[in-house]
Amino acid sequence: MSQNNPKDEHDKPLVSYRKITKSFGDRTVLKELDLDVYPGEKIALIGPSGSGKTTIARLLMTLEKPTSGTIEVEGEMLWLMPRKGKLVPANEKHLHRVRSKIGMVFQHFNLFPHMTIQRNVTEALVHVLKIPKSEADERAMRMLERVGLQEHTNHYPSQLSGGQKQRVAIARALVMQPSVMLFDEVTSALDPELVGEVLDVIKGIASQGEMAMILITHEMDFARDVADRILFTDGGVIVEEGTPEQVFQNPQSPRLQTFLSRFLNGSSDGRTGSRVAAGAEQ
Amino acid sequence: MEWLSLDLLPPLLRGFKITLLLTLCSIAVALCCAFLAGLARISKYAWLRGVATAYVEVFRGTSLLVQLFWIYFALPMLLDIQFSALAAAVLALGLNYGAYGSEVVRSSILSVPRGQIEATIALNMTVYHRMRRVILPQAWSMMLPGFGNLQIELLKGTSLVYLITLTDLTYQGMMLRSYDLSRTAAIFAWLLILYFIAAYALTLFIRFAERRAAAGRG
Repeated sequence: MSQNNPKDEHDKPLVSYRKITKSFGDRTVLKELDLDVYPGEKIALIGPSGSGKTTIARLLMTLEKPTSGTIEVEGEMLWLMPRKGKLVPANEKHLHRVRSKIGMVFQHFNLFPHMTIQRNVTEALVHVLKIPKSEADERAMRMLERVGLQEHTNHYPSQLSGGQKQRVAIARALVMQPSVMLFDEVTSALDPELVGEVLDVIKGIASQGEMAMILITHEMDFARDVADRILFTDGGVIVEEGTPEQVFQNPQSPRLQTFLSRFLNGSSDGRTGSRVAAGAEQ
Repeated sequence: MEWLSLDLLPPLLRGFKITLLLTLCSIAVALCCAFLAGLARISKYAWLRGVATAYVEVFRGTSLLVQLFWIYFALPMLLDIQFSALAAAVLALGLNYGAYGSEVVRSSILSVPRGQIEATIALNMTVYHRMRRVILPQAWSMMLPGFGNLQIELLKGTSLVYLITLTDLTYQGMMLRSYDLSRTAAIFAWLLILYFIAAYALTLFIRFAERRAAAGRG
Protein backbone atom coordinates (compact mmCIF):
# COMPACT_ATOMS: atom_id res chain seq x y z
CA MET A 1 0.00 0.00 0.00
CA SER A 2 1.36 3.36 -0.89
CA GLN A 3 -0.80 5.51 1.25
CA ASN A 4 1.87 8.05 2.01
CA ASN A 5 3.13 8.23 -1.51
CA PRO A 6 0.05 7.69 -3.58
CA LYS A 7 1.66 8.46 -6.89
CA ASP A 8 4.02 5.53 -6.60
CA GLU A 9 4.66 4.44 -10.15
CA HIS A 10 3.60 0.87 -9.36
CA ASP A 11 0.11 2.05 -8.67
CA LYS A 12 -2.45 2.39 -11.38
CA PRO A 13 -5.13 4.96 -10.69
CA LEU A 14 -8.30 3.56 -9.22
CA VAL A 15 -10.40 6.29 -10.76
CA SER A 16 -9.53 8.44 -13.76
CA TYR A 17 -11.51 11.42 -14.94
CA ARG A 18 -10.53 12.40 -18.49
CA LYS A 19 -11.58 15.69 -20.05
CA ILE A 20 -14.85 15.67 -18.13
CA THR A 21 -17.22 18.46 -19.01
CA LYS A 22 -20.62 18.74 -17.38
CA SER A 23 -23.25 21.29 -18.30
CA PHE A 24 -26.74 21.83 -16.96
CA GLY A 25 -28.53 23.64 -19.77
CA ASP A 26 -26.16 26.40 -20.81
CA ARG A 27 -24.40 26.52 -17.44
CA THR A 28 -21.11 24.64 -17.51
CA VAL A 29 -20.14 23.41 -14.04
CA LEU A 30 -17.06 21.38 -14.99
CA LYS A 31 -14.67 22.16 -17.82
CA GLU A 32 -12.43 19.43 -19.20
CA LEU A 33 -11.52 18.13 -15.78
CA ASP A 34 -8.72 15.57 -15.43
CA LEU A 35 -8.30 13.79 -12.13
CA ASP A 36 -6.67 10.55 -10.98
CA VAL A 37 -7.47 8.96 -7.64
CA TYR A 38 -5.08 6.27 -6.45
CA PRO A 39 -5.96 3.26 -4.30
CA GLY A 40 -6.17 4.26 -0.66
CA GLU A 41 -5.63 7.92 -1.41
CA LYS A 42 -7.53 10.53 0.61
CA ILE A 43 -8.42 13.57 -1.45
CA ALA A 44 -10.14 16.68 -0.14
CA LEU A 45 -11.99 18.93 -2.56
CA ILE A 46 -12.31 22.48 -1.35
CA GLY A 47 -13.64 25.55 -3.07
CA PRO A 48 -16.48 28.03 -3.09
CA SER A 49 -20.08 26.89 -3.47
CA GLY A 50 -20.98 26.23 -7.07
CA SER A 51 -17.40 25.49 -8.04
CA GLY A 52 -18.31 22.00 -9.25
CA LYS A 53 -17.02 19.95 -6.28
CA THR A 54 -20.26 18.11 -5.68
CA THR A 55 -20.68 17.41 -9.38
CA ILE A 56 -17.31 15.66 -9.38
CA ALA A 57 -18.63 13.22 -6.78
CA ARG A 58 -22.07 12.83 -8.33
CA LEU A 59 -20.55 11.98 -11.71
CA LEU A 60 -18.54 9.15 -10.20
CA MET A 61 -21.57 7.79 -8.33
CA THR A 62 -23.44 7.78 -11.69
CA LEU A 63 -26.00 10.21 -10.33
CA GLU A 64 -25.13 12.50 -13.24
CA LYS A 65 -23.94 11.69 -16.73
CA PRO A 66 -21.01 13.69 -18.11
CA THR A 67 -21.74 15.95 -21.07
CA SER A 68 -18.42 14.84 -22.54
CA GLY A 69 -15.31 13.01 -21.41
CA THR A 70 -14.86 9.65 -19.71
CA ILE A 71 -14.52 8.27 -16.21
CA GLU A 72 -12.72 4.97 -15.63
CA VAL A 73 -12.89 2.88 -12.50
CA GLU A 74 -10.23 0.16 -12.29
CA GLY A 75 -9.83 0.30 -16.04
CA GLU A 76 -13.53 0.09 -16.83
CA MET A 77 -15.47 2.97 -18.31
CA LEU A 78 -18.45 4.12 -16.28
CA TRP A 79 -20.98 4.80 -19.00
CA LEU A 80 -19.49 2.75 -21.82
CA MET A 81 -18.77 -0.93 -22.17
CA PRO A 82 -16.90 -2.90 -24.80
CA ARG A 83 -18.92 -5.01 -27.18
CA LYS A 84 -17.47 -6.61 -30.31
CA GLY A 85 -14.40 -4.40 -30.10
CA LYS A 86 -16.39 -1.21 -29.87
CA LEU A 87 -17.53 0.92 -26.96
CA VAL A 88 -21.29 1.02 -26.63
CA PRO A 89 -23.52 2.70 -24.01
CA ALA A 90 -23.40 0.74 -20.76
CA ASN A 91 -26.35 -1.41 -19.74
CA GLU A 92 -27.67 -1.81 -16.18
CA LYS A 93 -25.53 -4.89 -15.60
CA HIS A 94 -22.34 -3.03 -16.44
CA LEU A 95 -23.31 -0.04 -14.28
CA HIS A 96 -24.19 -2.42 -11.46
CA ARG A 97 -20.71 -3.97 -11.55
CA VAL A 98 -18.83 -0.68 -11.70
CA ARG A 99 -20.98 0.93 -9.01
CA SER A 100 -20.15 -1.86 -6.58
CA LYS A 101 -16.71 -0.26 -6.20
CA ILE A 102 -18.09 3.13 -5.25
CA GLY A 103 -19.88 4.33 -2.13
CA MET A 104 -21.30 7.69 -1.19
CA VAL A 105 -22.43 9.59 1.88
CA PHE A 106 -24.77 12.51 1.25
CA GLN A 107 -25.17 15.95 2.75
CA HIS A 108 -28.76 15.17 3.73
CA PHE A 109 -28.08 11.56 4.90
CA ASN A 110 -30.88 10.06 2.74
CA LEU A 111 -31.53 7.29 5.26
CA PHE A 112 -34.58 5.14 4.58
CA PRO A 113 -37.16 6.53 7.05
CA HIS A 114 -39.34 3.40 7.05
CA MET A 115 -36.53 1.09 8.14
CA THR A 116 -34.82 0.71 11.50
CA ILE A 117 -31.17 1.69 11.79
CA GLN A 118 -30.23 -1.98 11.63
CA ARG A 119 -32.21 -2.52 8.44
CA ASN A 120 -30.87 0.63 6.85
CA VAL A 121 -27.42 -0.92 7.17
CA THR A 122 -28.31 -4.51 6.25
CA GLU A 123 -30.72 -3.77 3.39
CA ALA A 124 -28.16 -3.65 0.59
CA LEU A 125 -25.99 -6.35 2.17
CA VAL A 126 -28.87 -8.80 2.05
CA HIS A 127 -30.57 -7.72 -1.15
CA VAL A 128 -27.66 -6.46 -3.27
CA LEU A 129 -24.67 -8.49 -2.10
CA LYS A 130 -26.95 -11.48 -1.22
CA ILE A 131 -25.24 -12.08 2.10
CA PRO A 132 -27.21 -14.32 4.51
CA LYS A 133 -29.26 -12.31 6.96
CA SER A 134 -27.49 -13.53 10.10
CA GLU A 135 -24.08 -12.60 8.73
CA ALA A 136 -25.39 -9.26 7.48
CA ASP A 137 -26.74 -8.53 10.96
CA GLU A 138 -23.35 -9.29 12.46
CA ARG A 139 -21.53 -7.07 10.00
CA ALA A 140 -24.04 -4.28 10.53
CA MET A 141 -23.58 -4.56 14.28
CA ARG A 142 -19.80 -4.33 14.00
CA MET A 143 -20.12 -1.33 11.73
CA LEU A 144 -22.62 0.41 14.02
CA GLU A 145 -20.27 -0.18 16.94
CA ARG A 146 -17.51 1.41 14.94
CA VAL A 147 -19.58 4.59 14.50
CA GLY A 148 -20.75 4.41 18.12
CA LEU A 149 -24.41 3.64 17.51
CA GLN A 150 -24.78 0.06 18.74
CA GLU A 151 -27.42 1.26 21.23
CA HIS A 152 -29.72 2.50 18.48
CA THR A 153 -30.11 -0.48 16.15
CA ASN A 154 -33.87 -0.74 16.66
CA HIS A 155 -34.60 2.95 16.42
CA TYR A 156 -35.89 4.68 13.33
CA PRO A 157 -33.97 7.53 11.68
CA SER A 158 -36.52 10.11 12.90
CA GLN A 159 -35.55 9.26 16.48
CA LEU A 160 -31.90 10.21 15.97
CA SER A 161 -30.03 13.51 15.92
CA GLY A 162 -28.50 14.78 12.70
CA GLY A 163 -25.02 13.69 13.71
CA GLN A 164 -26.27 10.21 14.57
CA LYS A 165 -28.14 9.98 11.27
CA GLN A 166 -25.02 10.88 9.38
CA ARG A 167 -23.03 8.25 11.27
CA VAL A 168 -25.63 5.65 10.30
CA ALA A 169 -25.32 6.78 6.69
CA ILE A 170 -21.56 6.35 6.93
CA ALA A 171 -21.99 2.84 8.37
CA ARG A 172 -24.48 1.99 5.65
CA ALA A 173 -22.06 3.00 2.89
CA LEU A 174 -18.99 1.53 4.58
CA VAL A 175 -20.48 -1.91 5.15
CA MET A 176 -20.61 -2.38 1.36
CA GLN A 177 -16.78 -2.21 1.30
CA PRO A 178 -16.33 0.07 -1.70
CA SER A 179 -12.87 0.80 -3.11
CA VAL A 180 -13.58 4.51 -3.15
CA MET A 181 -15.94 6.43 -0.91
CA LEU A 182 -17.39 9.85 -1.64
CA PHE A 183 -18.26 12.19 1.22
CA ASP A 184 -20.36 15.03 -0.14
CA GLU A 185 -20.39 17.90 2.37
CA VAL A 186 -21.45 15.46 5.03
CA THR A 187 -21.39 18.00 7.86
CA SER A 188 -22.96 20.95 6.04
CA ALA A 189 -26.51 20.13 7.14
CA LEU A 190 -25.57 19.58 10.78
CA ASP A 191 -25.83 21.85 13.78
CA PRO A 192 -22.33 23.08 14.64
CA GLU A 193 -22.15 21.10 17.88
CA LEU A 194 -22.78 17.83 15.99
CA VAL A 195 -20.08 18.32 13.37
CA GLY A 196 -17.25 17.03 15.55
CA GLU A 197 -18.70 13.56 16.16
CA VAL A 198 -19.12 12.96 12.43
CA LEU A 199 -15.66 14.22 11.54
CA ASP A 200 -14.21 11.99 14.29
CA VAL A 201 -15.80 8.94 12.73
CA ILE A 202 -14.48 9.81 9.28
CA LYS A 203 -11.00 10.42 10.65
CA GLY A 204 -11.11 7.01 12.30
CA ILE A 205 -12.03 5.38 9.02
CA ALA A 206 -9.39 7.31 7.11
CA SER A 207 -6.63 6.32 9.52
CA GLN A 208 -7.18 2.59 9.18
CA GLY A 209 -8.69 2.22 5.75
CA GLU A 210 -7.22 1.05 2.50
CA MET A 211 -10.25 2.62 0.94
CA ALA A 212 -9.75 5.70 -1.22
CA MET A 213 -11.76 8.69 -0.09
CA ILE A 214 -12.91 11.85 -1.81
CA LEU A 215 -14.00 14.40 0.77
CA ILE A 216 -15.92 17.45 -0.30
CA THR A 217 -15.79 19.76 2.66
CA HIS A 218 -15.80 23.26 4.03
CA GLU A 219 -13.96 22.13 7.16
CA MET A 220 -10.41 23.27 6.47
CA ASP A 221 -8.84 21.81 9.63
CA PHE A 222 -10.45 18.49 8.86
CA ALA A 223 -9.20 18.53 5.26
CA ARG A 224 -5.69 19.31 6.48
CA ASP A 225 -5.75 16.45 9.00
CA VAL A 226 -7.18 13.75 6.79
CA ALA A 227 -6.20 14.39 3.19
CA ASP A 228 -3.07 13.25 1.35
CA ARG A 229 -3.88 15.72 -1.38
CA ILE A 230 -6.02 18.84 -1.51
CA LEU A 231 -7.69 20.06 -4.68
CA PHE A 232 -9.02 23.59 -4.90
CA THR A 233 -11.78 23.96 -7.47
CA ASP A 234 -13.26 27.19 -8.71
CA GLY A 235 -15.35 27.93 -11.77
CA GLY A 236 -15.44 24.30 -12.90
CA VAL A 237 -11.70 23.69 -13.01
CA ILE A 238 -9.06 22.51 -10.56
CA VAL A 239 -7.20 25.73 -9.90
CA GLU A 240 -4.55 24.37 -7.59
CA GLU A 241 -3.60 21.11 -5.94
CA GLY A 242 -0.98 19.79 -3.61
CA THR A 243 -0.29 18.39 -0.17
CA PRO A 244 -2.09 20.08 2.72
CA GLU A 245 1.13 21.93 3.60
CA GLN A 246 1.54 23.31 0.09
CA VAL A 247 -2.07 24.34 -0.28
CA PHE A 248 -2.64 25.85 3.15
CA GLN A 249 0.77 27.35 3.90
CA ASN A 250 1.88 28.39 0.48
CA PRO A 251 -1.09 28.94 -1.80
CA GLN A 252 0.00 30.09 -5.24
CA SER A 253 -3.07 31.32 -7.05
CA PRO A 254 -4.78 34.56 -5.99
CA ARG A 255 -8.15 32.79 -6.01
CA LEU A 256 -7.03 30.20 -3.48
CA GLN A 257 -5.41 32.91 -1.34
CA THR A 258 -8.68 34.86 -1.26
CA PHE A 259 -10.66 31.73 -0.53
CA LEU A 260 -8.43 30.67 2.36
CA SER A 261 -8.27 34.14 3.85
CA ARG A 262 -12.01 33.96 4.41
CA PHE A 263 -11.50 30.93 6.64
CA LEU A 264 -8.38 32.07 8.42
CA ASN A 265 -9.32 35.68 9.17
CA GLY A 266 -11.93 34.82 11.74
CA SER A 267 -14.47 33.81 9.09
CA SER A 268 -16.99 35.94 7.32
CA ASP A 269 -20.20 34.64 8.83
CA GLY A 270 -19.36 33.40 12.30
CA ARG A 271 -20.64 29.95 11.45
CA THR A 272 -17.42 28.95 9.79
CA GLY A 273 -15.49 29.95 12.88
CA SER A 274 -17.39 27.58 15.08
CA ARG A 275 -16.97 24.83 12.51
CA VAL A 276 -13.24 25.21 12.42
CA ALA A 277 -13.36 25.10 16.20
CA ALA A 278 -15.51 21.98 16.13
CA GLY A 279 -13.07 20.38 13.76
CA ALA A 280 -10.15 21.32 15.99
CA GLU A 281 -11.59 19.81 19.14
CA GLN A 282 -10.23 16.38 18.43
CA MET B 1 -88.56 6.85 17.00
CA GLU B 2 -91.44 4.52 16.36
CA TRP B 3 -91.57 5.42 12.69
CA LEU B 4 -88.05 4.04 12.22
CA SER B 5 -89.36 0.53 12.71
CA LEU B 6 -87.19 -2.54 12.49
CA ASP B 7 -89.46 -4.49 10.18
CA LEU B 8 -87.86 -2.59 7.28
CA LEU B 9 -84.46 -3.98 8.11
CA PRO B 10 -84.47 -7.56 6.77
CA PRO B 11 -85.10 -6.62 3.12
CA LEU B 12 -82.72 -3.67 3.39
CA LEU B 13 -80.00 -5.88 4.86
CA ARG B 14 -80.33 -8.25 1.91
CA GLY B 15 -79.55 -5.31 -0.35
CA PHE B 16 -76.82 -4.13 2.03
CA LYS B 17 -75.05 -7.47 1.60
CA ILE B 18 -74.95 -6.97 -2.18
CA THR B 19 -73.68 -3.41 -1.71
CA LEU B 20 -70.90 -4.59 0.60
CA LEU B 21 -69.92 -7.47 -1.65
CA LEU B 22 -69.77 -5.16 -4.64
CA THR B 23 -67.77 -2.58 -2.72
CA LEU B 24 -65.15 -5.02 -1.49
CA CYS B 25 -64.71 -6.79 -4.84
CA SER B 26 -64.56 -3.48 -6.70
CA ILE B 27 -61.99 -2.07 -4.27
CA ALA B 28 -59.77 -5.09 -4.97
CA VAL B 29 -60.10 -4.62 -8.74
CA ALA B 30 -59.64 -0.85 -8.46
CA LEU B 31 -56.49 -1.28 -6.37
CA CYS B 32 -54.96 -3.56 -9.01
CA CYS B 33 -55.90 -1.16 -11.83
CA ALA B 34 -54.57 1.81 -9.84
CA PHE B 35 -51.16 0.20 -9.31
CA LEU B 36 -50.82 -1.17 -12.83
CA ALA B 37 -51.84 2.11 -14.47
CA GLY B 38 -50.02 4.31 -11.95
CA LEU B 39 -46.73 2.44 -12.45
CA ALA B 40 -47.25 2.31 -16.21
CA ARG B 41 -47.66 6.07 -16.32
CA ILE B 42 -44.16 6.60 -14.94
CA SER B 43 -42.61 3.82 -17.03
CA LYS B 44 -39.65 4.61 -19.24
CA TYR B 45 -41.47 3.00 -22.19
CA ALA B 46 -43.52 5.55 -24.12
CA TRP B 47 -46.01 3.00 -25.44
CA LEU B 48 -46.81 1.79 -21.93
CA ARG B 49 -47.32 5.36 -20.74
CA GLY B 50 -49.57 5.93 -23.75
CA VAL B 51 -51.76 2.91 -23.03
CA ALA B 52 -52.10 3.83 -19.36
CA THR B 53 -52.87 7.47 -20.12
CA ALA B 54 -55.56 6.46 -22.60
CA TYR B 55 -57.16 4.16 -20.02
CA VAL B 56 -57.11 6.81 -17.30
CA GLU B 57 -58.49 9.57 -19.51
CA VAL B 58 -61.28 7.42 -20.96
CA PHE B 59 -62.48 6.07 -17.61
CA ARG B 60 -62.20 9.40 -15.82
CA GLY B 61 -63.70 11.31 -18.70
CA THR B 62 -66.91 9.30 -19.14
CA SER B 63 -69.60 8.63 -16.58
CA LEU B 64 -69.74 5.50 -14.46
CA LEU B 65 -73.33 4.98 -15.52
CA VAL B 66 -72.43 4.90 -19.19
CA GLN B 67 -69.56 2.54 -18.43
CA LEU B 68 -71.95 0.20 -16.60
CA PHE B 69 -74.32 0.23 -19.57
CA TRP B 70 -71.48 -0.40 -21.97
CA ILE B 71 -70.06 -3.33 -20.12
CA TYR B 72 -73.43 -4.92 -19.35
CA PHE B 73 -75.56 -4.09 -22.42
CA ALA B 74 -73.37 -2.88 -25.29
CA LEU B 75 -70.37 -5.25 -25.17
CA PRO B 76 -72.52 -8.38 -25.50
CA MET B 77 -74.05 -6.93 -28.67
CA LEU B 78 -70.71 -5.96 -30.22
CA LEU B 79 -68.58 -8.87 -29.05
CA ASP B 80 -69.58 -12.29 -27.97
CA ILE B 81 -69.11 -11.73 -24.21
CA GLN B 82 -71.81 -11.71 -21.59
CA PHE B 83 -70.92 -10.75 -18.04
CA SER B 84 -73.18 -11.48 -15.13
CA ALA B 85 -74.63 -8.30 -13.66
CA LEU B 86 -72.35 -8.64 -10.64
CA ALA B 87 -69.21 -9.14 -12.74
CA ALA B 88 -70.13 -6.22 -14.99
CA ALA B 89 -70.67 -3.98 -11.97
CA VAL B 90 -67.37 -5.00 -10.33
CA LEU B 91 -65.55 -4.46 -13.61
CA ALA B 92 -67.06 -1.02 -14.24
CA LEU B 93 -66.56 0.19 -10.68
CA GLY B 94 -63.05 -1.27 -10.51
CA LEU B 95 -61.92 0.24 -13.80
CA ASN B 96 -63.52 3.60 -13.06
CA TYR B 97 -62.12 4.07 -9.55
CA GLY B 98 -58.86 2.42 -10.59
CA ALA B 99 -58.39 5.26 -13.08
CA TYR B 100 -58.71 7.85 -10.29
CA GLY B 101 -56.57 5.70 -8.01
CA SER B 102 -53.77 5.53 -10.55
CA GLU B 103 -53.28 9.27 -10.14
CA VAL B 104 -52.92 8.77 -6.40
CA VAL B 105 -50.33 6.04 -7.01
CA ARG B 106 -48.42 8.06 -9.58
CA SER B 107 -48.29 11.29 -7.60
CA SER B 108 -47.32 9.51 -4.38
CA ILE B 109 -44.44 7.70 -6.04
CA LEU B 110 -43.22 10.93 -7.61
CA SER B 111 -43.32 12.71 -4.26
CA VAL B 112 -40.83 10.35 -2.61
CA PRO B 113 -37.77 12.60 -2.19
CA ARG B 114 -35.13 12.42 -4.91
CA GLY B 115 -32.48 11.72 -2.24
CA GLN B 116 -34.06 8.34 -1.56
CA ILE B 117 -33.51 7.31 -5.17
CA GLU B 118 -29.94 8.58 -5.03
CA ALA B 119 -29.30 6.53 -1.90
CA THR B 120 -30.51 3.38 -3.66
CA ILE B 121 -28.19 4.10 -6.60
CA ALA B 122 -25.27 4.64 -4.22
CA LEU B 123 -26.10 1.28 -2.59
CA ASN B 124 -26.21 -0.32 -6.03
CA MET B 125 -29.80 -1.52 -5.83
CA THR B 126 -31.61 -2.68 -8.94
CA VAL B 127 -34.58 -0.71 -10.24
CA TYR B 128 -36.95 -3.42 -9.02
CA HIS B 129 -35.41 -3.60 -5.56
CA ARG B 130 -35.53 0.17 -5.26
CA MET B 131 -39.23 0.28 -6.15
CA ARG B 132 -40.23 -2.71 -4.06
CA ARG B 133 -38.37 -1.99 -0.84
CA VAL B 134 -37.65 1.74 -0.76
CA ILE B 135 -39.99 3.78 -2.96
CA LEU B 136 -43.30 1.91 -2.69
CA PRO B 137 -43.28 1.48 1.10
CA GLN B 138 -42.81 5.23 1.48
CA ALA B 139 -45.27 6.10 -1.28
CA TRP B 140 -47.82 3.72 0.25
CA SER B 141 -48.31 5.83 3.35
CA MET B 142 -48.86 8.87 1.14
CA MET B 143 -51.42 6.98 -0.97
CA LEU B 144 -53.65 5.97 1.93
CA PRO B 145 -55.56 9.24 2.46
CA GLY B 146 -56.31 9.43 -1.25
CA PHE B 147 -57.37 5.78 -1.33
CA GLY B 148 -59.62 6.39 1.68
CA ASN B 149 -61.56 9.07 -0.18
CA LEU B 150 -61.89 6.93 -3.28
CA GLN B 151 -63.12 3.91 -1.32
CA ILE B 152 -65.99 5.91 0.10
CA GLU B 153 -66.77 7.40 -3.30
CA LEU B 154 -66.83 3.87 -4.68
CA LEU B 155 -69.20 2.68 -1.96
CA LYS B 156 -71.60 5.44 -2.87
CA GLY B 157 -71.10 4.76 -6.57
CA THR B 158 -72.48 1.25 -6.10
CA SER B 159 -75.99 2.75 -5.83
CA LEU B 160 -76.04 2.96 -9.63
CA VAL B 161 -75.93 -0.80 -10.11
CA TYR B 162 -79.69 -1.28 -9.79
CA LEU B 163 -79.78 0.13 -13.33
CA ILE B 164 -78.20 -3.12 -14.50
CA THR B 165 -80.64 -5.30 -12.50
CA LEU B 166 -78.70 -5.74 -9.23
CA THR B 167 -80.75 -5.56 -6.04
CA ASP B 168 -78.45 -3.49 -3.88
CA LEU B 169 -79.30 -1.41 -0.83
CA THR B 170 -80.63 1.56 -2.77
CA TYR B 171 -82.75 -0.68 -4.98
CA GLN B 172 -84.28 -2.44 -1.96
CA GLY B 173 -85.12 0.94 -0.52
CA MET B 174 -86.83 2.00 -3.74
CA MET B 175 -88.82 -1.26 -3.81
CA LEU B 176 -90.00 -0.89 -0.21
CA ARG B 177 -91.00 2.66 -0.92
CA SER B 178 -93.11 1.62 -3.90
CA TYR B 179 -95.10 -0.70 -1.58
CA ASP B 180 -95.87 1.99 0.95
CA LEU B 181 -95.08 5.61 0.10
CA SER B 182 -96.07 6.75 3.57
CA ARG B 183 -92.90 5.19 4.98
CA THR B 184 -90.59 7.05 2.63
CA ALA B 185 -88.89 8.95 5.44
CA ALA B 186 -88.21 5.83 7.47
CA ILE B 187 -86.80 3.97 4.48
CA PHE B 188 -84.49 6.80 3.51
CA ALA B 189 -83.40 7.20 7.10
CA TRP B 190 -82.33 3.56 7.14
CA LEU B 191 -80.44 4.05 3.88
CA LEU B 192 -78.55 6.95 5.41
CA ILE B 193 -77.68 4.94 8.50
CA LEU B 194 -76.55 1.85 6.62
CA TYR B 195 -74.44 3.74 4.09
CA PHE B 196 -72.90 5.74 6.89
CA ILE B 197 -72.00 2.59 8.83
CA ALA B 198 -70.31 1.10 5.76
CA ALA B 199 -68.46 4.32 4.96
CA TYR B 200 -67.32 4.72 8.54
CA ALA B 201 -66.03 1.14 8.60
CA LEU B 202 -63.94 1.95 5.52
CA THR B 203 -62.64 5.09 7.21
CA LEU B 204 -61.61 3.13 10.30
CA PHE B 205 -59.88 0.57 8.13
CA ILE B 206 -57.86 3.25 6.34
CA ARG B 207 -56.93 4.86 9.67
CA PHE B 208 -55.70 1.52 10.89
CA ALA B 209 -53.63 1.09 7.71
CA GLU B 210 -52.23 4.61 8.09
CA ARG B 211 -51.16 3.93 11.66
CA ARG B 212 -49.46 0.72 10.58
CA ALA B 213 -47.68 2.40 7.68
CA ALA B 214 -46.43 5.15 9.96
CA ALA B 215 -44.96 2.74 12.54
CA GLY B 216 -41.71 4.07 13.89
CA ARG B 217 -41.90 7.32 12.00
CA GLY B 218 -43.11 10.41 13.65
